[in-house]
Amino acid sequence: MNYRMMGRFVGKILTVEGVFMVPALLISLWEREYTAAWAFWWSIAITFVISLLLTWLCRGSKNKFYAKEGLACVGISWIVISLLGCLPFYISGEIPGFIDAFFEIVSGFTTTGASVLPAVEELSKGILYWRSFSHWLGGMGVLVFLLAISSVSGSDNGFTMHLLRAESPGPNVGKLVPRMKKTAGILYILYILLTVANVLFLLAGKMSLFEAVCTAFGTAGTGGFGVKNDSIAGYSPYLQNVCTVFMLLFGVNFSCYYLLLIRQFKNVFRDEELRMYLGIVAGSILLITLNLRGFYDTLGETVRHAAFQVASIVTTTGYATTDFDLWPGFSKAILLALMVIGASAGSTGGGFKCGRALLVLKSLHRSVRQVVHPQKIEAVRLNGSPIGEKVLQNTNAYLAAYVIITGVSFLLVSLDGFSITTNFSAVLACFNNIGPGFEAVGPSCNFGAYSAFSKLVLIADMLAGRLEIFPILILFSRTTWRHR
Amino acid sequence: MKIIIAGDGKMGATLTRQLSAEKDDLTLIDSNPNVLESSEERYDVMVVTGNCASKDVLIQAGAREADLLIAATGADEVNLLCCMTAHSLNSGIHTIARVRNPEYTDQIYEMSEMFALSMAVNPEKHAAAEVARLLRYPGFLKRDTFARSRVEIVELRIDGKSKLCNVALNDMPGIVKCRILVCAVLRSGKAVAPDGNFVLREGDRIFVTASTGTLTLLLKNLGVITHKVKRVILCGGGRVSYYLAKQLEGTGISVQLIERDRDRCEHLAALLPETCIIHGDASSQFLLESEGISECDALVTMTGLDELNMVISLYGTGCGVPQVITKLGRMDNTNILGNLELGSVISPKELCCNTIVRYVRAMKNQTGAALTMHTIADGQAEAVEFQVDEGTLHCGEPLKSISLKKGVLVACISKGAREEIPNGESFFQRGDTVIIVTSGEKRIYQLNDIFE
Repeated sequence: MNYRMMGRFVGKILTVEGVFMVPALLISLWEREYTAAWAFWWSIAITFVISLLLTWLCRGSKNKFYAKEGLACVGISWIVISLLGCLPFYISGEIPGFIDAFFEIVSGFTTTGASVLPAVEELSKGILYWRSFSHWLGGMGVLVFLLAISSVSGSDNGFTMHLLRAESPGPNVGKLVPRMKKTAGILYILYILLTVANVLFLLAGKMSLFEAVCTAFGTAGTGGFGVKNDSIAGYSPYLQNVCTVFMLLFGVNFSCYYLLLIRQFKNVFRDEELRMYLGIVAGSILLITLNLRGFYDTLGETVRHAAFQVASIVTTTGYATTDFDLWPGFSKAILLALMVIGASAGSTGGGFKCGRALLVLKSLHRSVRQVVHPQKIEAVRLNGSPIGEKVLQNTNAYLAAYVIITGVSFLLVSLDGFSITTNFSAVLACFNNIGPGFEAVGPSCNFGAYSAFSKLVLIADMLAGRLEIFPILILFSRTTWRHR
Repeated sequence: MKIIIAGDGKMGATLTRQLSAEKDDLTLIDSNPNVLESSEERYDVMVVTGNCASKDVLIQAGAREADLLIAATGADEVNLLCCMTAHSLNSGIHTIARVRNPEYTDQIYEMSEMFALSMAVNPEKHAAAEVARLLRYPGFLKRDTFARSRVEIVELRIDGKSKLCNVALNDMPGIVKCRILVCAVLRSGKAVAPDGNFVLREGDRIFVTASTGTLTLLLKNLGVITHKVKRVILCGGGRVSYYLAKQLEGTGISVQLIERDRDRCEHLAALLPETCIIHGDASSQFLLESEGISECDALVTMTGLDELNMVISLYGTGCGVPQVITKLGRMDNTNILGNLELGSVISPKELCCNTIVRYVRAMKNQTGAALTMHTIADGQAEAVEFQVDEGTLHCGEPLKSISLKKGVLVACISKGAREEIPNGESFFQRGDTVIIVTSGEKRIYQLNDIFE
């Protein structure tokens, strides 16, 4: 392991984080919330000191950097930025327990949106902003941001491919253009444009600027931290519909937007993953609307709530306009299934990803045909081009890891004595970066009741879910830390 | 600049390394996904799997927007088809194809318009020409020509018996008695930009700028044997050997070519009437002895195996062959090579890549671009030739009053028909060409880049 290079890299990431805390500090000063401002001031100072220390300690490192270092770097960076990112909550005393503060910020960066706080509205503005902003930064990825603004290792930065692969969700991550810096730049520009559009639409619905920005951050990162206790339920139907549309937009693979931008419309409309994603959304809305007959006053209201909840769950955002825990069993089952499937690969959403589900289904289909024709050789195709066996193998391994982690976490969390539904949905909600689950962790409740141990398990789940398991898993592998 | 490299083989990989470092946007095409994967992990490039001569694959690789296509797959026909297809997609694209089959050589130049070729490269022929040039002046390890072949940068190895061993550069003119300039020294694998007090040691390899006319004088005054090469042994009967033997036929040099494959021998015998083709294993000492290795003037090892070439060359050096030339396919371990007595080392792939990189740079900057460019000192330094034009700063000022960047040296100024190896009083004017040697980190793209 090239520890020095990794140290320098983490130092750089921390500088980025420190800079991003400054707006929160300014908001606190503007709102005259001096405790929060003081907390931000200290957090920024600590972050910069650690960053400088790391850079100084790791000076003169060699630029040799391979897959192992790349993956480990991603895992470590995310843990470190979370540890420092929770300082404002802890120092200001607005979230007294360190584990709780840590849970909250990990939930923010991983765009989960699961909160330990019973009453969000009591928090100061600066803290609320930082909470929502963590979604935005974590949505596209802080390392991708770093790739976009700086060339990490000079000329031969082929290894950055590992960083992009580790941080961008999906089974088959590729570049949009030959240069990594440009690719990361394009992704962030698209991301920023969509976010700005979202803010403008929310402002048009007479939302205040602060709330519009925070809500847009939560939508863009498909996070789910709101600024109100009742999430989005208190807003007008227009605002709820704006949220629905934008949540769905942020759940689409960003390379589709790039293809639209370079006018390759045909490829976008033929994209099998996009079709599957939209199909799932439309089907779920239809089924839930049918199932909810008579639950709300008008058909319009039913469709609005069904569409909002489906968009919120499938993109793993986790906003709510109604307490879907009260819905009938069939609708809840659909939501549970959507939790697992998640958004498209290459989007800001979490979950297993439509693209991966598609590959698993297709390779399963092939296996079935091969049972009938044992000699048959056939390639699995996606969008017309064959998918390499290695990708399929990784996808199946991912599925196995996904199931095992869900099972183990469920067992560990069950020690706290809540009902099976609560525990299972809590694990799914954290691992798939959604936020609310059912029953005791439903949309109107929070995760505060869990013990510190369960919270740590859920924190690990959130990180593993956001980084697609392997960057976190390899941190626990002995071969990672041994010298080659 | 957007460049597509079709064929990610040895040459493709070398080009990728060089061009990626020059901040070009590269897209690689190959039909083997495994080699592409390793390239994608090592360099900041995009990769496309498929047949590079197919239209769909070229479109996918962005041939419509690309500025240059380099076709370097193993098959000449595919390379040509690839260039033609790309040109039909994008008439503004520049194309470079590697064409190696000697039977195509002539028609390629005649039909380059039809094949839509901007340039055709033939690494083996290039290498053969390089070897032939080296054979003309035994004693130099490498020769790079500038200023329409009137100035050269030559490489010399300082051994224990050399007159230059333990001599400071300031004292050199007294020994060589002609105007030369040491522009770089390679000592234990690292390039150094020397100053006047630098003392040469045994094992150093020095790079000297001199006008072509003074080379004979230089060799004579250094006491290096300069008798003309009369007998050459070529080991291996590959393409380079064929081209070389062809070039040497009719020059009065007698050539013995040793090749292991009987059919190939017969083929070569038909093509090369004056060359003595010997069927046998060049790695056998007995055969080499019986063919008179100890009396020959030069040994050129050009079999397909690098290891074999190195072993035969070492054996040749041990037998006291005055000039040994070794062909190597890969030059990754230059540190090890520096310690072995392999004589001149040439790599067809590297030579060819230099040509292409030169072309790319010229495309990037049509005005004020480098006229010629050679990498010296195992790729750690570059010698670049520029034309002084109206935009050049510091015209007419003596060099000692101009502050140049670190590691940059003005190695030669040619004024019309006269070449000048510069000293502090020298200056350049509009219309001159200058040769700049740089061993610094920064690459020099324009002449004005050399000034602080």
